[in-house]
Amino acid sequence: MDFRLNEEQQMLQDTVARLVRGEYSFEKRLEYSETELGFSESFWKQLGELGLMAVPFPEELGGFGGTGVEVQSVMTELGRGLCIEPYLQSVVLGGGLISQAGNEQQKEQWLAGIATGETQVAVGLQEPQSFYNTNDVETTAEKAGSDYVLNGRKAVVIGGHSADLLVVSARTSGSSRDASGISLFVIDANAEGLDRRSYPTIDGAKGCDLFLNNVKVGADALLGNEGEAADVIEYQVGRAISALCGEAVGVMEVACDLTLDYLKQRKQFGVPIGKFQVLQHRMADMMSELEQARSMAILAASVADEPQSDERRRVIAAAKNVISRSAQFISEKGIQSHGGIGMTWEYNFAHYAKRLVMINHQLGDDDFHLERYAALLEAN
Amino acid sequence: MNMNYTAEELAFRDEVRAFLDAKLPEDIAAKVKGFRKLSKEDHQRWQKILSEQGWYATHWPEQYGGVSWTPVQKHIWDEESCRYGVPRSIPFGVNMVAPVIIKFGSEEQKQQYLPRILSGEDWWCQGYSEPGAGSDLASLKTRAVREGDHYIVNGQKTWTTLGQHANMIFCLVRTNTEVKAQEGISFLLIDMNTPGITVRPIITLDGEHEVNEVFFEDVKVPVENLVGEEDKGWTYAKYLLTYERTGLAGIGLSKAALTHLKQLASRRVKNGKPLIQDPTFSQRIAQVEIDLMAAAISNLRIVASVEGGGVPGAESSMLKVRGTEIRQAINDLARRAIGPYAIPFAEEEMDQAYDGEFLSDPDAAPLAAHYFNNRKLSIFGGSNEIQKNIVSKMILGL
Repeated sequence: MDFRLNEEQQMLQDTVARLVRGEYSFEKRLEYSETELGFSESFWKQLGELGLMAVPFPEELGGFGGTGVEVQSVMTELGRGLCIEPYLQSVVLGGGLISQAGNEQQKEQWLAGIATGETQVAVGLQEPQSFYNTNDVETTAEKAGSDYVLNGRKAVVIGGHSADLLVVSARTSGSSRDASGISLFVIDANAEGLDRRSYPTIDGAKGCDLFLNNVKVGADALLGNEGEAADVIEYQVGRAISALCGEAVGVMEVACDLTLDYLKQRKQFGVPIGKFQVLQHRMADMMSELEQARSMAILAASVADEPQSDERRRVIAAAKNVISRSAQFISEKGIQSHGGIGMTWEYNFAHYAKRLVMINHQLGDDDFHLERYAALLEAN
Repeated sequence: MNMNYTAEELAFRDEVRAFLDAKLPEDIAAKVKGFRKLSKEDHQRWQKILSEQGWYATHWPEQYGGVSWTPVQKHIWDEESCRYGVPRSIPFGVNMVAPVIIKFGSEEQKQQYLPRILSGEDWWCQGYSEPGAGSDLASLKTRAVREGDHYIVNGQKTWTTLGQHANMIFCLVRTNTEVKAQEGISFLLIDMNTPGITVRPIITLDGEHEVNEVFFEDVKVPVENLVGEEDKGWTYAKYLLTYERTGLAGIGLSKAALTHLKQLASRRVKNGKPLIQDPTFSQRIAQVEIDLMAAAISNLRIVASVEGGGVPGAESSMLKVRGTEIRQAINDLARRAIGPYAIPFAEEEMDQAYDGEFLSDPDAAPLAAHYFNNRKLSIFGGSNEIQKNIVSKMILGL
């Protein structure tokens, strides 16, 4: 048993850490966030040039062949820097779905660009009514000759405002919430009939809702078998949850460090406020939450690439439940420990705090995953 | 990153399972799994079996009759023995005073006491806490004054677990009142049959006699019963506490309690369906199972770090808090699972030998009492608040 990263994994994580340190001061992040693109084009390019976007893809397709552990190593450092580039959406989800379900031609066509960062992908799996349930799909894809015509709306597509390619789920048969009958399509961002309502996100990134009005795509846009995408989506979301756990751990580490520093520096009643036991115990609770989150991130990474099973489903649901709760706990208690300064835009802690709570709203919140876990409970 | 056991470790696990399959008495296991009372005889019977196997003293060097398990092997033993319903070993002799004697005691003390601990001849109890010295242990007042070849001991110890069965007690006593509190404490080994010692039961809120008060009135203790040097007892006490803290998180015990809970909730019925399928209750179970999953990995991370040569530090304190909260949460759910039948205090049904009709589920009777009894988990072994103080001092530097 050994829970340490191996040498290669450590080198990978150090590479990302160096890059983030160089490019991602708090002030620069605010600048990137306010551009039209909504993130740093040069940082994005460097992620590609250093091979970091190729991490999860198979070696025969020019990838690094990395597992959930390597992906987490990257994500943890992106989390520490509070990076707003849509790595999770483009590489882990978008590239991951194509890599998992695409045919040889589709993989050749798209993966190289995704692995260099030339192609940015966004993924639309949610709809206004779906409430985290990726099987709740009302967007339709109707066959018209050999083409498909898509109609519907995809909700909160992070990175969708600037994506070159969109991967969306749509129903080719069945009724709303059926697992069968869901298909995945890859759509060019400039396709006719595709409208976006773009917005900044509360945690500093950008996204959009996608409106599909008679968007026509060819049969070559269908990813995997028609009507059989539910399992593909569930599996890839599992990997994305593992990756998101990695990011969350990075964000939590910095949030805890900042809070601890503040407890040591800030003086009231003539002493550092960290001398007060009520604040010490709260800080100890935050560290304990971080440890639980680390443990579950490790466990999630260990099942991320395993074949699907109820055990994998349970671990993924448990990991997202724990991470979401830890993240929100550290966010709220961290703000409280900082007092007024923790509420200000100009202090970086507040931005970490916002990201931590929004992680709960991505890929299913703690309640959603608790329900999933409860449904999979074994009597023994 | 590797979360698997090696082939050798798996072989050891098989050996443990084979031993428990063959040697663990069924009646004892049933009591443990059902949270029923164990008698002194139950403990001694099991200890004898363990001793014969050579697996009783897992914290001792081999030269004294211990078994040199790696941290991972100890972990495997803990997991398996909890799963099988092995009685928790009474730690005061084998896991507490013995490591102190081995590290700091004289050759004579080693020869006199260690074999008697292994054979079960001596039953030790712990004389640490006093009415005025709980979390602030160093403020203890029990006084030992040297007179010739003896110390004369006067004072009172409390919360003495299973002291009613013990013939030996190890005590922290004050030998010097002129110096800082921590520097005037000595570590004495005292025969419980010495004149002047009185043991009085403390009945806990569940009606149980588990802990005692021990009074010392002009008790003559030979000076050769002093461990190490006079006034250095605090150092030895702290060394002992590191042994006490390992395993206090009780991850294996929580896993066994969770299995018990899920079986119980599968038998109980609410709205015509098994309780385990009730939306609210299944989510409560799910939440505690998820939290236990995370704590179990945190525990493994500590085990792996110790296996790699690290020293368990304040991480164990964090895990003690987390682990005891989880176990209390499981006890809480087990109590809820029997609904109004948590209210009757049917002592006859708590006896494993009971063969009459049960009021409700055969496992129900001890559950409310067990829940109350286990409120102790967050109090003993350094209260959870003290653990947070340790985290804040040792890890956070506050």
